[in-house]
Amino acid sequence: MLSNRGAVWHMWTQLSLPGRRMWAAGFIGFLASASAVALIGASAWLISRAAELPPVLTLSVAAVLVRTFAIGRGFFRYVERIIGHDAAFRGLTNLRVQVYERLERIAPLGLARFSRGDLLTRLGADVDEALDLPLRVVLPWLQAVLVAAGTVAFISWLVPSAGVLIGVLVVIAITLAPFIVAFTARKADSRMAQSRADLAELVVGALDAAPDIIVFGAQVGVAEQVRRADSQLVQLNARESWSLGAGSAISTTLQGAAVVGALALAIPAVQSGQLAPVWLAAVALIPLVLFEVLSGLPGSALALQRVRGSAKRLIDIENGPDVPLRNTTGIPASATFESFDLRGVNAQWPGAAESALIDVSLHVDAGQHVAIVGPSGSGKSTLAAVLMGFLPYSGSVILNGREVCETAEVWRCAGLLTQSAHIFDTTVAANVTLGKRDATDSQIDKAIRQARLDSWITTLPNGLETEVGSFGSAMSGGERQRLALARLLISEPSLYVLDEPTEHLDAQNATELDQTILAAVGDSSMIMISHRLTTLSLMDRIIVMEQGRISAVGTHAELMNSGGWYADQIRQEGERTDMVNFVQTLAVGSATPCTT
Amino acid sequence: MRPVDPRLLRYARSTRGFLIATVGAGVVSAVLIIVQARLLSQVLVDVTANGAVWKLVVGSVVALAVVFVTRAALAWLIEVLAVRSSAKAKQELREAALDRILAQGPAGPAAQNPGEVAALLTRGIDSLDAYYARYLPQLVLAVIVPIAILATVLGQDLISAIIIAVTIPLIPMFMALIGMYTKTRVDRQWRTLASLSGHFLDLISGLPTLVIFGRAKAQADAIRAMGDRYRSSTMSVLRISFLSSFALELLASLSVALVAVSVGLRLAEGQIQYAPALFVLILAPEAFLPLRLVGQHFHAAAEGLGAATRIIADIESPLPVAGGSRRVPAQIRIEVVDVEIAYAARDRTALAPTSFVALPGSITAIVGSSGGGKSTLLAGLLGFAAPVRGEILVGPDQPLADTDLVSWRACLGWLPQNPHLISPSLDREPTIRGIIECGRIPRFSDEQLWQVLEQVGLAPQIRALTLGLDARLQADGSGVSVGQRQRLALSRALVGAPPVLLLDEPTAALDPVSEDLVSRSMRSAADAGAIVIVVAHRPAVIDLADQVVRVEAGALC
Repeated sequence: MLSNRGAVWHMWTQLSLPGRRMWAAGFIGFLASASAVALIGASAWLISRAAELPPVLTLSVAAVLVRTFAIGRGFFRYVERIIGHDAAFRGLTNLRVQVYERLERIAPLGLARFSRGDLLTRLGADVDEALDLPLRVVLPWLQAVLVAAGTVAFISWLVPSAGVLIGVLVVIAITLAPFIVAFTARKADSRMAQSRADLAELVVGALDAAPDIIVFGAQVGVAEQVRRADSQLVQLNARESWSLGAGSAISTTLQGAAVVGALALAIPAVQSGQLAPVWLAAVALIPLVLFEVLSGLPGSALALQRVRGSAKRLIDIENGPDVPLRNTTGIPASATFESFDLRGVNAQWPGAAESALIDVSLHVDAGQHVAIVGPSGSGKSTLAAVLMGFLPYSGSVILNGREVCETAEVWRCAGLLTQSAHIFDTTVAANVTLGKRDATDSQIDKAIRQARLDSWITTLPNGLETEVGSFGSAMSGGERQRLALARLLISEPSLYVLDEPTEHLDAQNATELDQTILAAVGDSSMIMISHRLTTLSLMDRIIVMEQGRISAVGTHAELMNSGGWYADQIRQEGERTDMVNFVQTLAVGSATPCTT
Repeated sequence: MRPVDPRLLRYARSTRGFLIATVGAGVVSAVLIIVQARLLSQVLVDVTANGAVWKLVVGSVVALAVVFVTRAALAWLIEVLAVRSSAKAKQELREAALDRILAQGPAGPAAQNPGEVAALLTRGIDSLDAYYARYLPQLVLAVIVPIAILATVLGQDLISAIIIAVTIPLIPMFMALIGMYTKTRVDRQWRTLASLSGHFLDLISGLPTLVIFGRAKAQADAIRAMGDRYRSSTMSVLRISFLSSFALELLASLSVALVAVSVGLRLAEGQIQYAPALFVLILAPEAFLPLRLVGQHFHAAAEGLGAATRIIADIESPLPVAGGSRRVPAQIRIEVVDVEIAYAARDRTALAPTSFVALPGSITAIVGSSGGGKSTLLAGLLGFAAPVRGEILVGPDQPLADTDLVSWRACLGWLPQNPHLISPSLDREPTIRGIIECGRIPRFSDEQLWQVLEQVGLAPQIRALTLGLDARLQADGSGVSVGQRQRLALSRALVGAPPVLLLDEPTAALDPVSEDLVSRSMRSAADAGAIVIVVAHRPAVIDLADQVVRVEAGALC
């Protein structure tokens, strides 16, 4: 409970709402509610006084007041809403930035704990929920307390005992009624945010896998699953509405108690001459309106509950178990690569049962071109994650003389290209310049050429300014990977770490790209992870990994001589290269029988 | 935006009972308010004008208390009924939309804008609560209640009734005027929200890439800019909607003030009695309340309406390939005749005219350059893309377009280029069994599962796991290499020996040893009589094939 309260407070501070606007909204909102109460009071007095048949002129002040309060009620409410909403939306942006920064701190490995749908909910809906904190919780309560205090003071001045009674009822309406509602709805509410997130996660998961679901006929199961998540949400809604209904019932009951109580105390006061008869209608009707103003508070207690759930989920992003944090506070890596020195490195993915790297020792000097090869699942990509400082390790990984786990901003020195680099939903040019913010047009052109994308660009309607679509949906797999390569090349890292860059390209394109990479990298240092062995003869050193361990190290010639996995693979690949040339001889759009 | 959308009402049919009950409770509640006003004014007049003592009015005061308690119970009932009336409609809408969007396949809206579609299906549909639960019943009450109250006031005082009768019609008129003006803005507002959501999804998915380039921190500014855009576009809508409720509130309270002042002045001149004057004063605001609530609920419902319009458009949009009713022939024979495929969103045909025949027992290798229409050809065979020219036949004289797509797909073993390893429950951590079965009925025996795992060379690794087939994949896919995922997806395609295998780069991400294993299992599937069509980048696969088809993308349209 304490931590929950902490979560809401944390959210409140991160909203860092503009203080002046908030106070102004609170005060003007109070004026609006006060006008509503005063309107009924003044009207009741006007009619009661009129019934005593006074000269009409004596009623003119009251008549003017009635009209003024009528206009004031709407006008003040309008101004309050504009100011309040504007302030709240400003706070919302502050909060969203803070949450993004939290996500950024745990990226990339910490993000794996959440599905994309879940993260979308946290950055979207959970942050939006924070709007309710100022708008539906803080401002209404502030106004309710101010209006209630003023009204109770006025009634006490007329009939002290009625003032006391209404005061007591007001305290119940402000504290006990919302508490009862919130308490009974607590369980449903705390599960509501999670339930919404579950549904969002299901939907995003289903959309992601849409073709797989349709082809394998899994949509019945998926629909069933979505229906179940939906029903759970409905049940929680129903439970919440039960509490909300109880809140309305309590509010109406309190209203009735106030009106009936005021009558019971004021009527004897009229008869004893303590209260002028002209005030009786006002004393009876004012509580009617006052408790209408207070009737929104149970709803705002529920809003607070929902906000609390979202606030907790936002805090949760950082507090999850075993989030491997990148080092962001250490000394940034120097931009020039000097050496990598690995001694007895073991590494394990969070939550995995086995080590993915076992006792790996390795030394890479500036200017060297090193290849890491091996069967799939042998730990090659794990090694890349360790080198980039993403994955915790035991043993020692020294970059430029400093332990990687104590180094921040490894990217300054080493540029990584993974098997699945993300293509952003923007233009080709913007995707490239992500690698270098102030890139000139000629630098962009050069990177595009080096990545062999220039012929593709000429087929695009708007050239470099063409939108690539969400997740590069308007591009083929090969084009996406080349675009990612162009992005890396333009950033001109001192050390290139290439994790299977040619994965999704066909043999001819892959070989060409491998050659282009070697040409573009030139004298820069390079660690190339690959299971394609065609271009490795030019490497200074080839490291063979099998089952998490280094099984052989040497140049192409040395490894060919010593036999083993590498030599086997080279022989097999050589036999196949001729086939690629054979494909080029085929006619397009028709079948050619094979003679094997 | 129209106040009532007939297409949305269709989905409200299932909840008609709850809607009627909600309205009924609202009407009873309105009658009680009239009774309450009557009792209250009577007590006040008896005491002040007639000098009645407490004992004389205590009966009326008790009756007043009973009215309050009954109203409290009704308020409770209305709240509970309201949620019920929206739940079913929302559920039906969500299911229909998801089903339809999934069926659109890889070229549909889900693939184009997954973030936007997800936002529509979750928050978009949830925002219909305000429409079904609040707005619709209130709309009915807004007609009934003011008329009832007006009739009551008419019985007491003609002039007050005229003031109210003149003002009330102004309120829906204002609302319509303002509604016309805000329509475009609300639509735009929803678009901003949807693109915001798509942008976040893009940003989150790309966060690892941003970190690699040290650009993740800088994106905080982009988020701030986006937030500011969102704020100003939302505020521009809110300003109008607040202005409209200001106008309505002003109309209502001015009219109440007019009633109060006119009644007061006439009372002072003895033209009206105290009792009806007070009764009218207490009752007048209640005539406007239902209309003001409609206005409030309408604005709350507007967001949901914006989302609903788009969802219904998705539901009603035609599928790229609708399929027919003919059953798949017993002996399948795939014939591709001059097939050309184009996607509407792109400027060139995705597949230049291609022809070939694939017979049972044969392996057809599809080759071509990167981005050259190979996956598009498979999309055509899967029934996800319709040929703009030519025809795909699945048997003698039987076009795929006339064939029942569900039964056709049941004959396919498919390996997509980017397989999603899911179990039908969409578990974040699916079991090996769930992944391979992928919801197909009838389910497969353990023996069948082990057999395919053996074929793709995963059996020893999975046997080593304590839970075997029931072991779960980790949510993030870590701990499983790309090659292992690929082989799991392949076993999903091979299990149960389907008569047609469509494999998109089955040996991508595989080392040569695994590649050999996979090649051998394709050969044995063909030898057992399957039609194997395989997109190949690697020579090992072409070595196996009985025929090779080279495909390319077409020229610019």
